[in-house]
Amino acid sequence: MSNDHTSSKQKATSTDEFIKGLWRDNPVFVQVLGMCPVLAVSNTAENALAMGLATAFVLLMSNILVSLLRNFIPKQVRIASYILIIATFVTVTDYAIQAISVELYKSLGAFISLIVVNCLILSRAEAFASKNTVWKSILDALGMGIGFTFALFCLGAVREILGNGSIFDFALFPEGFQNWIVMILPAGGFFTLAAWLLIINVFQTRKIKS
Amino acid sequence: MKEAADIEMKKPSGNTKMLRAMLVIGIISALLIVLAFELTLPRVQKLKAEALEKAIFKVLPGTVSTQAFGINTKGEFIEIENNDKPASTYYAGYNENEKLVGYAVEAAGQGYADIIRVLYGYNPNEQILIGFQVLESKETPGLGDKIEKEQRFLDNFKALDVSLSNEGQLKNKVVTVKQGKKQKPWEIDGITGATISSRAIGNIIGTSTMEVIPMLFNNHKMMDDTKSNQKQMDIHE
Amino acid sequence: MNTESLGSIFLNAALVNNFVLAYFLGICPFLGVSGKIETASKMGGAVMFVMLISSMCAYGIHAFLVAINAPYLQLISFIVVIASTVQLVEMFIKKMSPSLFRSLGIFLPLITTNCAILGVALFQTNKGYEFLESVVYALGAGVGFTLALLLIAGLREQLNFADVPGISKGTALTLFIAGILSLCFMGFAGLGAQ
Repeated sequence: MSNDHTSSKQKATSTDEFIKGLWRDNPVFVQVLGMCPVLAVSNTAENALAMGLATAFVLLMSNILVSLLRNFIPKQVRIASYILIIATFVTVTDYAIQAISVELYKSLGAFISLIVVNCLILSRAEAFASKNTVWKSILDALGMGIGFTFALFCLGAVREILGNGSIFDFALFPEGFQNWIVMILPAGGFFTLAAWLLIINVFQTRKIKS
Repeated sequence: MKEAADIEMKKPSGNTKMLRAMLVIGIISALLIVLAFELTLPRVQKLKAEALEKAIFKVLPGTVSTQAFGINTKGEFIEIENNDKPASTYYAGYNENEKLVGYAVEAAGQGYADIIRVLYGYNPNEQILIGFQVLESKETPGLGDKIEKEQRFLDNFKALDVSLSNEGQLKNKVVTVKQGKKQKPWEIDGITGATISSRAIGNIIGTSTMEVIPMLFNNHKMMDDTKSNQKQMDIHE
Repeated sequence: MNTESLGSIFLNAALVNNFVLAYFLGICPFLGVSGKIETASKMGGAVMFVMLISSMCAYGIHAFLVAINAPYLQLISFIVVIASTVQLVEMFIKKMSPSLFRSLGIFLPLITTNCAILGVALFQTNKGYEFLESVVYALGAGVGFTLALLLIAGLREQLNFADVPGISKGTALTLFIAGILSLCFMGFAGLGAQ
């Protein structure tokens, strides 16, 4: 068991832990997890980005803490402990966002607190962070977090572009453009996510066929 | 049998472990939360105060400084220091010559989708509303949110009549009428594509002004007398 | 500031601002359970019950925390209460009706992470509802949630026999349906207002 052999094996697995969350196991598009808070506040690119980053932050911190304490938490109380830890970081994030921007906080509102019931974070804690080292858990969280934010951004950007003719509040189309208001409405959230899933399904089936 | 004994032996330490874990996590959590709360509190309060000030400046054009007032049990104005927040707060705005521009009043009511919160500015000398801003609304984007964005609608509030009769009550209740049908100075010209939202604004302003304007006007008369004293104090500060 | 009547609060929570179709809350169990009408109705009933209890507890907790000036513990307390309530409901169902328990399976503990329940607690606190208003709000939310669940389950059952492109089957299709339902429910807007 030479050191070189082990470290190169670890390196390959490390990148893998990070990358899997970006696309192959993308939380929103593949696992279809953690959508609750997603759709409601993904009506503009900025909101979606903020929400994604907030969730990624909580995911990162909770993965770290859960992994640190993984041998310390007995099996019977593990879910309760995870939820407690996650709730703590969500509360911290809530205050952080209030301190960053009043406007943003008004747009996101109570949905920040709802990150605590985001199935994604709990599932990563249970399925991964509780069984792996801190470093790997960090990579896992980063990958999933970025993948999640990316997916949310796709949703928010499409909704804002079609529904408001803008991206990050920059007008994209000339005056005559008729906004697809429906995109900003909740229904639009459903439709957009469905459309993305559809597109990804198409790609998956093509890949399988080839 | 032996297994049962083993399990019996394991149980107590199992329980202590659980308790210990929950306790430690509880303490860590509490520490983190309190830390975050204390660290962000000053900035959060500052941001909220700034946002409020911005809104007041908007509904009382020309204002450069504000003073918050509450209502005591006798229905009289009392100045509010810093963080006191009685049930109803009114803001007086003063322009650069230390003259009163007017009072900013908060009001709220049910809109199309959810509760709408607004701020309006009242000029007691001319007995009109001079400004209006939506503070919080979840009205339908592109339709109901015209109450925030459509200039023609906002212009309604540049000189909305809220004059009082001799008995001290509002002469005419503020009400929203169909778009283009505004004839009296106390009517709000509505928005055709957003009837419910614009009517809601009419209701909110109507109800609020009926209640608040007489009281503000009376207190304003009393304030006027003591204002010169206040101005002296402000200059000396 | 509260000008809402109890009736309009109920209608608002159940129809106008339906928790599933307007706020997207409670979708996780929604997509998983709503395959059959029967399971959907049981899930809805359980959720409604937990919502009611949690709402009442949330009101009490909020009042208590404000009194001791510790508002930052709100989220944690809410979650703990919801998790405990779900535990109790689980034990209750297990005793009362083992068959129901088995058919609900994994979804029962999943109610804990049901955004809708926490959503009810958070929204009612933000809106500053009194106790009775909170209870009515929770009832409305529960009814609305169950309604949405039943509608989608019913549609899905029908869709099993329909000729849809294979590629859209599953989640994508359910989401499209949910979107259309959401549009329909928008017709309720303004209900209960003056």
